Amino acid sequence: MAAATRLSVRNIHKSFGAHEVLRGISLDAHDGDVISLLGASGSGKSTFLRCINLLETADQGEIVVDGERIEMTVRNGRNMPVSRKQIDRIRAELGMVFQSFNLWSHMTILDNAIEGPVHVLKRPRAECIAEAEALLEKVGIAEKRHAYPAHLSGGQQQRAAIARALAMKPKVMLFDEPTSALDPELVGEVLRVMRSLAEEGMTMLVVTHEMSFARNVSNRVIFMRSGEIDSDGAPEELFGKGGSPAFRQFIGTFGS
Amino acid sequence: MDFPFLFQTMKTLLAALPMTLALFSLSVLFGGLLALLIVWMRVGGNPVLSRFARGYIFIFRGSPLLIQMFLVFYGLGQFGFIRHSFVWPALREPFVCAVLSLALCTAGYTAEIFRFGLRAVQPREIEAARAIGMSGFLLVRRIIAPIAFRHALPAYSTEIVMMVKSTALASLVTVWEVTGVAQRLIAQTYRTMEVFLCAAIIYLVLNFLILQAMALIEHRLSPHRRAAVSLVPGGLPVSR
Repeated sequence: MAAATRLSVRNIHKSFGAHEVLRGISLDAHDGDVISLLGASGSGKSTFLRCINLLETADQGEIVVDGERIEMTVRNGRNMPVSRKQIDRIRAELGMVFQSFNLWSHMTILDNAIEGPVHVLKRPRAECIAEAEALLEKVGIAEKRHAYPAHLSGGQQQRAAIARALAMKPKVMLFDEPTSALDPELVGEVLRVMRSLAEEGMTMLVVTHEMSFARNVSNRVIFMRSGEIDSDGAPEELFGKGGSPAFRQFIGTFGS
Repeated sequence: MDFPFLFQTMKTLLAALPMTLALFSLSVLFGGLLALLIVWMRVGGNPVLSRFARGYIFIFRGSPLLIQMFLVFYGLGQFGFIRHSFVWPALREPFVCAVLSLALCTAGYTAEIFRFGLRAVQPREIEAARAIGMSGFLLVRRIIAPIAFRHALPAYSTEIVMMVKSTALASLVTVWEVTGVAQRLIAQTYRTMEVFLCAAIIYLVLNFLILQAMALIEHRLSPHRRAAVSLVPGGLPVSR
């Protein structure tokens, strides 16, 4: 039996002014898929990720999260969601990890992690704390739970941000260049956490420049170029012989 | 030095302290609430409301508080529709007029202080909150307001201290607070120096206590800005 479709995106278009950043992107993510989105900067991969949880609103296209279609309408010539409530609910089901962590600076790591479960999902606080502590343990920063983000290294902050996203029990995790703002020696600790998540069967979409992650952890690689999907396939296939000339050239710049 | 006189003066002036405190706390309370409304209008995105808020801030920051107070105290009664309305019994009271004009004025300043606090909130922290499904009032209450308030606090302490001193103007619309009582004592005794000195000491002590309280609040609300020496061995202190 085929795994359930967690995320289905159809024909996403997005322009910033006259510049067309996304020119019809479609993608299905099934349960347990780990999809790496590769591409040069400006190819639209981050914008695509941000369109999925509506941090950017696509001009056109359809997004279905775990079977629920996001209702869109055109108002004043602009495409926009019909219901803010639905967007909030969908966002709560999509965990987002940002390039620059975006932890709430005035809260401790533990408070960051329980904020969503307590105040958005309205679950009992004690339960949320127990779960968040387990998650912080899992990403290896349990001993920092009462520290503030500014007191942590970048790698620790990013792992805290992953724990914060996981605390919402998301159906799909979106990673927007999670290691790009990190010093090279801190990249590994974040990738290890992501790898163990992948092994547990979390459905993940990862915008990344980490070729080793794309190659060894993800089960599917999508290479974007000028707002379109250039290549799409299993990593063995793409990194083997299947990639387009543009993809070969792209991975060539990483010296791998 | 005439200690019995100083002692007697201090006693008389302290009897007026509750009035000063009432003027201060009510005007800070109502001014703060009004400031929230004005800053919401100012940054809410509606161009008409935003222009109104700008105009409000300009008028109340740009003109002397004393004139505003005189306009409220002497001016409002000249309008028949106010004199015959249900608010007149309140508005004819000097105390109400003083609180009203103090609150209106501090609201203008406080709105700007809050607005600068809002501008200091990082968009990416707001984005992270949206990404977990927060929006509207929940987003303001849990993320935006707490961060903005922390940024606004130092400037807001200054405004609060200014308000303590501004209550002295209420003496000119016949409210018997500390300064008003001091002037009455001087009129009776002609001992300007001693009486005003006593009054000044009262304001200084009051403001000292308020500043201590504000500093304590600031300290309690900003552990994230202090060095965490025990948490990051050998790390550079993260200081303000």
